Amino acid sequence: MFLYLTDKDEAMLAGEYGRAQQAAMRILTQMGKIFGARRLIDIESAHIDGCLYHGESGIHFAQMLVDGGAKTVVPTTLNVGAIDLIHPEHFQGSAEHGAKATELMNLYQQMGCLPIWTCAPYQTTQRPELGQQIMWAESNAIVFANSVLGARTNRYGDYIDICGAITGRAPEYGLHLTDNRRGQVVYHLQNIPETLLAEDVLYPVIGYLIGSQSGNKIPVITGLPKTVTEDQLKALGAAAASSGAVALFHAVGVTPEAKTLEASLQGQPAEKEVAVNINDLRNLLGHLSTVPDGDIHVVALGSPHFSLDEFEQLLPLVRQHPPQVEFIVCTHRLVLAGLQKRGWLEELKSLRVTVVVDTCVVVTPIVKASAGGTLMTNSGKFAHYTPGNIGFDVIFGSLQECVRSGAAGRVWRDKELWA
Amino acid sequence: MSRYPLTMLLDGAAQGLPLVLDEPLSFWGGLDPHTGEVIDRRHPQSGEIVTGKMLFLPTGRGSSSASSILMEAVHDESAPAAMIMAEADGILALGAIVAREVYGRSLPVGVLSQDDYAAVVQGMNTDSMIVIEDDWLTIH
Repeated sequence: MFLYLTDKDEAMLAGEYGRAQQAAMRILTQMGKIFGARRLIDIESAHIDGCLYHGESGIHFAQMLVDGGAKTVVPTTLNVGAIDLIHPEHFQGSAEHGAKATELMNLYQQMGCLPIWTCAPYQTTQRPELGQQIMWAESNAIVFANSVLGARTNRYGDYIDICGAITGRAPEYGLHLTDNRRGQVVYHLQNIPETLLAEDVLYPVIGYLIGSQSGNKIPVITGLPKTVTEDQLKALGAAAASSGAVALFHAVGVTPEAKTLEASLQGQPAEKEVAVNINDLRNLLGHLSTVPDGDIHVVALGSPHFSLDEFEQLLPLVRQHPPQVEFIVCTHRLVLAGLQKRGWLEELKSLRVTVVVDTCVVVTPIVKASAGGTLMTNSGKFAHYTPGNIGFDVIFGSLQECVRSGAAGRVWRDKELWA
Repeated sequence: MSRYPLTMLLDGAAQGLPLVLDEPLSFWGGLDPHTGEVIDRRHPQSGEIVTGKMLFLPTGRGSSSASSILMEAVHDESAPAAMIMAEADGILALGAIVAREVYGRSLPVGVLSQDDYAAVVQGMNTDSMIVIEDDWLTIH
């Protein structure tokens, strides 16, 4: 298929805008051809995942761009790095690893990216609007931007993300195009108790279920209450993008491209319809934990990064049940500033809650407890990645269950929750 | 000697002995980029070394960090000689494209039709020499 390029695209490709934009344009056009794009389109923002250190080649790539004069041309935010730059003492890895990870983070800042270091850029000042074309990386940010905000991005990842940021262009394929945003598999929530529908803990479980069953199809959910909060949708999307490759979901009556079921399906029949009842969700709960309820060694919250609202829920719980095991909450700098302003940060510290910014516990060594122990979380994403990435067993529970378990050193359950 | 047409995601020439992955592999968490070993312990080819091989895989799987891992493998000279898939995987192609930009090393990535992929995997032995040249795959 022929990939149409504008005069400016051609000029970038010929090197007239410098070596960095030339390399970026070569990468974008090759990827465009692979995916059958007809042309490149302008993007309005970028979010970069390539700033997380995986090895030296990531530094070589970023250095090549910096040396070639790379500067972002659209508002560009940075996802987590491997180091909490404000509290580097949290890093438990080797000094060499820490130095390289910091070097990589610096290179991306040199290109003009905004150092917000968060997987929840949509809860900062960078919030794309309905219909905006963007190039975002980081699976949960992608699914939130597409689904909850109605912006348009593919599942971009390491390396192509910065190519979009420094050229302002993206290959037009996949979810950039309206037709490809049509819902395909419909999940009907049936007979879920009203009380459970109001609980945060339900949402990562729903997300994990649709992620594991949808393959590369776009899921539609019916039966979510109108009162569903943004943090609940955030948790749902993050879990769906962990257990599966979900980049976009529709929730009828809730998300902007799903005013009605018909609208979410763009007037076509569903390819498949699935009824989801409370038993399906209870069964899935078993998959989110890797060991039976027992002793726990660390509680980790904040994937995606905790919002101020979530801290507001956490604070009275930890006041009442102060942690007796290591207790970590991951968030970003804007929330940290909010915590300081309200005097909450000091109080959390005095209650032995560790607040980590710029990074999170499954992408870099932060947990002090030795591997092989058990980590408890209310995050579907942490539950998914903890065993493979940092070698802990994992127990999933509600926020209250996590806090009370952290205070007891062993799992406490709210018997009414899933009754 | 049999010949099959390839759709090249990243062009180039390569030759070597084959390694067939019976299932898709997530490179992030599935391949050690320093040693070239398949480390996904649930994968049928767990423990095999991909380095220098003509790597046949149905497609990629999972995280978009796969491109980083492939590029790190190219940097550590533990990457396969070429990759041949039955279904195009953009993330793996991206890793190979960026590796060529940064290191100038070519790692051709080609796609066979589903039928040809099955025929090739059936019709070769572990000591068959596989050659990719000019958009054709040849089994010697």
